[in-house]
Amino acid sequence: MPKLIKNNAVQENKWQTLPKDAELDAVQEHSLVPLQLFLNNSEMLLSHSGIGVWLDSDEEPESIVPYLDRIQLIAINFPKFVDGRGYSYARILRDRYGFKGEIRAIGDVLHDQLYFMKRCGFDAYAIRDDKDAEAALSGLNDFSENYQCAADEPRPLFRRRA
Amino acid sequence: MYQYDDYDRKIVKERVAQFRGQTERYFEGSLAADEFLPLRLQNGLYVQRHAPMLRVAVPYGMLSSNQLRRMARISRDYDKGYVHFTTRQNVQFNWPEIKDVPAILEELSEVEMHAIQTSGNCIRNTTTDQFAGVIANEITDPRPYCEIIRQWSTFHPEFAFLPRKFKIAVNAAPDADRAAILVHDIGLQIIKNDAGEIGFKVFVGGGLGRTPVIGSEIRSFLPEQDLLNYLDAILRVYNRYGRRDNKYKARIKILVKAMTPEKFAEAVEAEWQHFKESEARITSDEIARVKTFFTEPEYKALEDLPADFSLKMAENPEFANWVQRNTDTHKRSGYAIVTLTLKKTGTPPGDASDKQLEVIAGLADRYSFGEVRVAHDQNIVLADVEKSRLFALWQEAKMAGFATPNLGMLTDIICCPGGDFCGLANAKSIPVAEQIQVKFDDLDYLYDLGELELNISGCMNACGHHHVGNIGILGVDKRGDEFYQVSLGGDSGKNAALGKILGPSFARADMPEVIEKIINVYVDQRQEDELFIDTYNRIGMEPFKERVYAKAN
Repeated sequence: MPKLIKNNAVQENKWQTLPKDAELDAVQEHSLVPLQLFLNNSEMLLSHSGIGVWLDSDEEPESIVPYLDRIQLIAINFPKFVDGRGYSYARILRDRYGFKGEIRAIGDVLHDQLYFMKRCGFDAYAIRDDKDAEAALSGLNDFSENYQCAADEPRPLFRRRA
Repeated sequence: MYQYDDYDRKIVKERVAQFRGQTERYFEGSLAADEFLPLRLQNGLYVQRHAPMLRVAVPYGMLSSNQLRRMARISRDYDKGYVHFTTRQNVQFNWPEIKDVPAILEELSEVEMHAIQTSGNCIRNTTTDQFAGVIANEITDPRPYCEIIRQWSTFHPEFAFLPRKFKIAVNAAPDADRAAILVHDIGLQIIKNDAGEIGFKVFVGGGLGRTPVIGSEIRSFLPEQDLLNYLDAILRVYNRYGRRDNKYKARIKILVKAMTPEKFAEAVEAEWQHFKESEARITSDEIARVKTFFTEPEYKALEDLPADFSLKMAENPEFANWVQRNTDTHKRSGYAIVTLTLKKTGTPPGDASDKQLEVIAGLADRYSFGEVRVAHDQNIVLADVEKSRLFALWQEAKMAGFATPNLGMLTDIICCPGGDFCGLANAKSIPVAEQIQVKFDDLDYLYDLGELELNISGCMNACGHHHVGNIGILGVDKRGDEFYQVSLGGDSGKNAALGKILGPSFARADMPEVIEKIINVYVDQRQEDELFIDTYNRIGMEPFKERVYAKAN
């Protein structure tokens, strides 16, 4: 099970990502349900607590907008860390739709991308199994200042420059 | 020129520390080679044919004499004592060791330089007119906008892993385009609307490479305050929908073509509406603040043609030639814009030794307020030289080998490093440039031929911009042998056009003769003041084809 970075610490990861072809009977508490399975059974799944949804990098975040106030956790998959679509998805969920729940990066999640993910609105990171999550923690703080606004700071530097 | 404040310094310093950590993890093995690769690329570090290559950013081409001296020192201490200026106004070190790169970055940061986003699938260095701020008729100085874009794009968290690289260029001249904005992912033409307000005409999807395309206009007037939000919208549409399955189809030009420019423009507008009025909108205070870094130097009130200058021009035809070819009209009377050419026969185009860099730094200090610009044609510009001092400058530049008066002529070749250095190249490009320079070494003949852009790329990635050369040469691989394909009719300026292929390719040894035949067709057919490109546009490809491929009998 991938180790989880959340609230600036390595934590136990209770959530299990179900594969894309999973069926309803595989769902249990703390399941991350693939998007299509969720959309096909949204009312039923939302009536249970402890259910999250995961989006793949080619799945549109707009598709879950009607359910956002009832979803606790959205995971966004990075099939490869160089596939940067998930950054835009997180910003759209945070900036445009004001999603307040957890946005978790899953898949090829590595030390050197954490800072960018954090800025785009991710607040939990399931670090790839073979990597040292403790060592990766420092990646959240590679920089202490930014030029442009993002999900973590609505004002660009030019509105804050002393 | 822009000066760092504490924020800029901090960000660049933290980058050096970050890259040092990444390099250490790579050497100790906790960062795999394929994980390090995009990270080092985003820091300009390639692993080339013979050694790594480090590309350093020169924001919109501006360099101070201090920065030149530091580059000279770095090239001596960590490299083989020379650097290469690129067609995107950057500079490359060809032989550093990977382990030394963090130390090089540290040294660069001390003079406010870095290698951030000089490669990789992210937003690259924004380029502009090398005559920005000094050319007579520009709408406004484009550099403050380039700096605003630089800050916005630096470590933009959403766009660090785009489908492919992304290049933005800005032009503010109404009648010329020295920044080649129509062959960039985004081209911004600064214009004034009827109310006298500054804004941008926005082009997207231009580019060279395997699939050369001229950019499409998607907005006729974008107010200056909306620049960053609108760029965000373009980039977001591209980041979401650009192809990621095939790197040769991943540039924004392919997406714009697939969607059509109209639909692409609609998607951008729709995205933009969501955050058009957000705090990311540029304030007029910020535009004014950045403009303060690009104010005029302390120009003297000078007469436009000082007597001693006119006299020297009359007495010395060699000097007069150089003035005519290698200087441009300055907006202030009594000043000239000087281009020092790095195209001396026998030297790879765009290369400068450590000693030459120091000479240029000295010339900049003594003749041009301590600043230079790197031009997209791989030459160096001294932007503010008093005409009365041109003769003295010319003599010094000649001694140092920068005064070959061939600017804009056939032998002022744009050329990539090619197969001598680059791991991607199919063929060498520098020896072809040299063969042509040797063949056409008669300056009087070159002047008679007039302006003619000859560009050479060693492979279809087109770093030498061969598609937009009046004569373009592309290195191709034919069963392991190096061959060269010739195209005619390209143009990188206002009337941007892509060259058409002449016909079957040639062996390297035949290239000077092929070029000579092409030139002879022009000389035979030209009318009055026609430049090569004008004659080509009038008579078309056939006469060139016939001459070049005629059977010997």
